[in-house]
This record gives sequence, structure tokens and C-alpha cells, in this order.
Amino acid sequence: MNRPLTLFDKVWNRHEILQGADGASLLWVDRHLVHEGSHHAFRKLDERGLTVAEPSLTFGVVDHYAPTRSRDRITDPDIRRMISTLTDNTQRHGIRCFGLNDPAQGIVHVVGPEQGLTLPGLLINCGDSHTSTHGAFGAIAFGIGATEVAHVLATQTVWQTRPKGMRIRIEGALGPGVGAKDIALGWIADLGSDGARGHAIEYAGPVVEALSMEGRMTLCNLSIEGGARCGMIAADAVTLNYLKGRPFAPRDAGWDEAAETWLDLASDKDAKFDREVVLDAAAIAPVVTWGTSPEDAVPITGRVPTPGNESENAGIRDAIDYMGLTPGRPLAGTPVDQVFIGSCTNARIEDLRAAAAVLSGRHAKVPGIVSPGSALVKAQAEQEGLDRIFIEAGLDWVASGCSMCVGMNGDTVAPGKRCASTTNRNFKGRQGKGARTHLMSPAMVAAAAVHGALADVRPLLEGRDWA
Amino acid sequence: MSGWSTHKGRAVALPIDNIDTDQLIPARFMSAPRSDGYGQYLLHDLRDTLPDMSGASILIAGRNFGCGSSREAAIYALVDFGIRAVLAPGFGDIFAANAVNNGLLPARCSPDALRRLAGHMPGNLAIDLKGRKIELGETSLSFDLDPVWQQKLIEGWDDIDLTGQHSRSIDAFGEAYMRKTPWAIPAPEAHQ
Ligand code: SF4
Repeated sequence: MNRPLTLFDKVWNRHEILQGADGASLLWVDRHLVHEGSHHAFRKLDERGLTVAEPSLTFGVVDHYAPTRSRDRITDPDIRRMISTLTDNTQRHGIRCFGLNDPAQGIVHVVGPEQGLTLPGLLINCGDSHTSTHGAFGAIAFGIGATEVAHVLATQTVWQTRPKGMRIRIEGALGPGVGAKDIALGWIADLGSDGARGHAIEYAGPVVEALSMEGRMTLCNLSIEGGARCGMIAADAVTLNYLKGRPFAPRDAGWDEAAETWLDLASDKDAKFDREVVLDAAAIAPVVTWGTSPEDAVPITGRVPTPGNESENAGIRDAIDYMGLTPGRPLAGTPVDQVFIGSCTNARIEDLRAAAAVLSGRHAKVPGIVSPGSALVKAQAEQEGLDRIFIEAGLDWVASGCSMCVGMNGDTVAPGKRCASTTNRNFKGRQGKGARTHLMSPAMVAAAAVHGALADVRPLLEGRDWA
Repeated sequence: MSGWSTHKGRAVALPIDNIDTDQLIPARFMSAPRSDGYGQYLLHDLRDTLPDMSGASILIAGRNFGCGSSREAAIYALVDFGIRAVLAPGFGDIFAANAVNNGLLPARCSPDALRRLAGHMPGNLAIDLKGRKIELGETSLSFDLDPVWQQKLIEGWDDIDLTGQHSRSIDAFGEAYMRKTPWAIPAPEAHQ
């Protein structure tokens, strides 16, 4: 019998064109996604007089600089230029681009899956670290830099050294108010923000199987915050249900053949991983971050750490300082100035439903923005009446884009202000110079809005439906 | 990009963990054209709190340097500032690949060795890329580097040129792959 293989091995092997003498592999790229930030790569291509090898496998999305308000009159010349540069570059090279006014515009990692561009068994690249999101479908998907983007554009291939394998199994069942975001921040806090460096993660076990595609995407999205090269989940009935009928997904006989292949890609029973981590879902509580790295996460019932005197703790002291917190104080009750619900981590329909379940009939004590992950998510939320819930709670319901996740479009948190956020990075200055970011799930952000302070969402869910 | 195998220069210590690429270059500068020079943006919002880096070409950094966003602009900021090598216990994977693509050495050293080095900084170090060694006066310590990357840095190889040698294999693979895996080609766009 052949050696048992992992999901990652199987997908990798299908894409390996050759292996160099030094061990790096040249891999075929099925989908390449570009956004405004790809301008350096297109310029590299132009400088060398190269063309795009496979324009039909490349797709563009306007997201990082997309204004979330007043789209028809963009006043900032930089933002206008970044968007028109992408539109021009994609047009010139014959690449389909989801522009600002496309009914399917949105954040690249929301649009790919939603359009059926992301499929199991594919190898997907994008010049963005959260490309790991697409692994939720059983694809190998990883972020690359501008030089590599130019390389993929020119050759439809990418050089990679095979990462090690790591499986994170989540056993048991999640409690109410606890979701994929909490699982992810929880393991990153345990293993560190470089805990999975050099590894491709496969998430498995009953909890992962029970997650919706939205939850699986959140989990895989955050793989990069734990340092992993990518995150993956084997395709199953949930995956197939999500993909069937999507605009670019295979149809008719092609679908049947594809679906059969996809299910076969699951890790063999005896497949070996270089590392195995097992988590108990019952032990996971809603999580918030207190510091300036995603690894600085604790349950909402926890406290700001108390650094000792050793120099090793300088980083902790510095983070507490930056965040304007007091060592040893409980996190719950820390007043926030604003909230943000959005980003490729947590702005899909299910995320919006979870936040709305908490906010329904309640008022936010602080201002905030809700930016859906795509125009299609926005339309669906409006159909379900979720927009009314957010607006009646006092939050702004705006158009889709990266928005306050990275602040490139001008949606920033002011210096010293504290934001409860569904995004993925609490780095210093990530949401704006001097901004203080606490990462948490959409339900927890909703709870922070209701209380005007960091709060446990669970009491707010009593008597309410929790998906 | 030209290759290099030895470098002597001034090193400064930034012994801070998790310096992410958002800190190496804040997002608001990323729309600038490269021709402006990105060195002015390096660690822009942290500069006041960091040791003087003027004249430095080597950084001694903390754990997980360059984690976070895949922005190659972080490398442009380092390179345009004059940095040729970063020594750290570990790097963000994408950062390290980006570094090598721009001739910047991401050298992995043991935390102990780095602590010892940092004690002598700012000061002058010599890097021997072929021998994977760092010299400080009489003492020398070794660093870790993927052999593929080592060779790329020494030869100044450019991946696009390198891959060009394999264009026939790529064409043959692509053709066979698409025949065997028709579902991997995006279906003609259907409107929902
Ligand atoms: S939402 Fe944030 S993390 Fe996601 S692609 Fe946009 S900027 Fe990157």
C-alpha cells in the first residue's frame, strides 16, 4: 500500500511541476488574486516587458482602499490613484476585476469563496497574508510578497519549500457565545504568534466538522497570526453545499467529477503529521486580546497580566503601556470608545447574524461601523433586516472593504482611542497611529457596544437564539 | 539584484519581539512609488522610542521579526534605509521570503547568541554568507539559513529568470494539468 498522505500532501503533489536540486518545488498556481497593493508587482512586470501568463486564472478585487462611504466622489487623490491603477492594470492585462461598483465587490478573501473561485484541491496565491482563509475549502492557499506576485503573474507558478505538517484537532463541543474566533485566538495564545511557523495546519475533529463555512474561514484566516504558512480543512458536505451554484464553480457533469475528487483529498486515516495539537472545545471561553500581538489573548473573565521585573517582560510592559491598561485589572469593564465589525476575518453573513443576535432591540453606548465583507453579504444582510438592527442600535452601516482593519481607506481609529474590533491584528498603529485595538468575535464586539466596555457576551445571549 | 557573500557594517540592537510589518512600514505610506525611496518610512511611528539607527546596515532583532502582513514594502523600507541583514531568533515566513527576493539576509540565530551580541551593540559586525557566520572581533557565531535562500542571496538570482529555464516543463505541466483537472479552470461566469 502507498504511504498514507495528508490533505496538504495530496494537494501539493498535484501541483508540483518539478523540484530543484536544492529541494524547493515549482508549483502550479490555479488562482491568483490581486488587489490595489499589487501595484509594485505590475510595475515589475512592465519594467521587464512581461505579460500575464494566464489572465483567465487571475482575478482582481478593489478592497484595501475601497471607500466605505461616498464612493461616487472620492476626494483623496492617493486613494483614487490606487484604485484606478488596479483597474488600469487588470484591464490592460485582460484580468477580470471586481471594481468599486461591481455588485460582487468586497474583500478579496470574501469574494473568492463567494464567487466559487476558491475550490477544494486548488493552489491559491494572493499578495496578502490572510490568503490562508481560502484553505477552509481544502485548498492550499498562502500569501506572497510583491516579487512573488510578479512571478506568478509572469509564469503562473510559485517556488516553495514544502512546509511541515501540523494538525490541530478540536474535540468536544463549543459552548454558547463561543465561536471560531475564540478557538483561533485561543490556540495562538497557547502556542504563540510564531507557534506554527514553517507549518501547514490542518484543522480537524468534531468541532471543525460542525462549523459552517464562515466559521471555517475565520479559523483558517487566523492561521497566519499563529505564524503558519497556511491553514486547511478537508472538504465535506458543508463545503459542497456552500459551493454548488456559485458563479465560477464547476457545473453539471463537471461538478460531479470535481466533487468526487475533492472528497478523496481528505487526509488518509494513518497520515502522519510532524506535530499534533488537541484542544478541548468545552474549555474555550469568549476571548479578547489585551496587548499588541494576537498571542496576547485571554478569556474575557481574565485579567491584564502583571509583568514581573525580568527584562523578558519588557515586551509585556510595553504592550500594556501602549494599550493604556493597568496590570492585574480585570479586562471586563474596560471602557471602549468605539467598535468595528468587519474584515476578512469576521464580516460574512453569519458573523453579522451573530452580532445582530446580541444587538437586536438594544442600543450601543459607543459609536461604531459595520462593514460587510462584500456587497453581496451586504445585500443579504439587508434582506434579512440585519441592517435595521445595527442602525437602530446606533451603529453605521457602510459599504464593503477592508476599512478599519487596516485604515488605508481613511477609516481609522484616532490616537489613544480604544476599539473593540472583529479584525485580526492588534498591532501597534494597525487601525491608525496610536490606536488601541482589542480583538474579539462579532458577538463579543456587539456586547462591547451594548456595555460601552469589554464584556462577556454570554449573559446577553440568555433567552436568545445562538447559531 | 546583485549577489553578495560578505558584508561588514554597523549593527544596532532592537531587542523587541514581534516587530510586525505594520510597524516596519505603517499602511498609510504604502501607496508611495518606490522611486520616492522607502527608507524614510522605516519604523516611522516607533522611531522616537528606538535606539539611533543612523548608519546601521545590520539589525539585531527579537523573536518573530517581520510577522504579519505580506507587504514587501516592509523590505523596501529596510533596504532603502541601508539594511543588508537582520539577525533574529525567527522571522515571519512571508517576510523572510520577501527579504531574500530583495537581497536582504534574514539570519536565524539562537536567542542566547543574539543576547550576547546585543551586549556589544552598537558596533561593527562582519557577515560571511558562504560560511553562515557572523564575526565580532575575535569571536564568531553561526546562523541558520535555508540553503536555497543562501544560494539565491550569493548569486543574486532572480526567480523570474530562473523559472524561465523551465518554461517548457511549465507549459507541458499546465497543458496536462488542465486536461486532467478541467474543474480547476474557472467556469464561464454564471450570474447568480
Ligand atoms: S480585511 Fe484586513 S486582513 Fe483582510 S485583506 Fe483586508 S486589510 Fe487584509
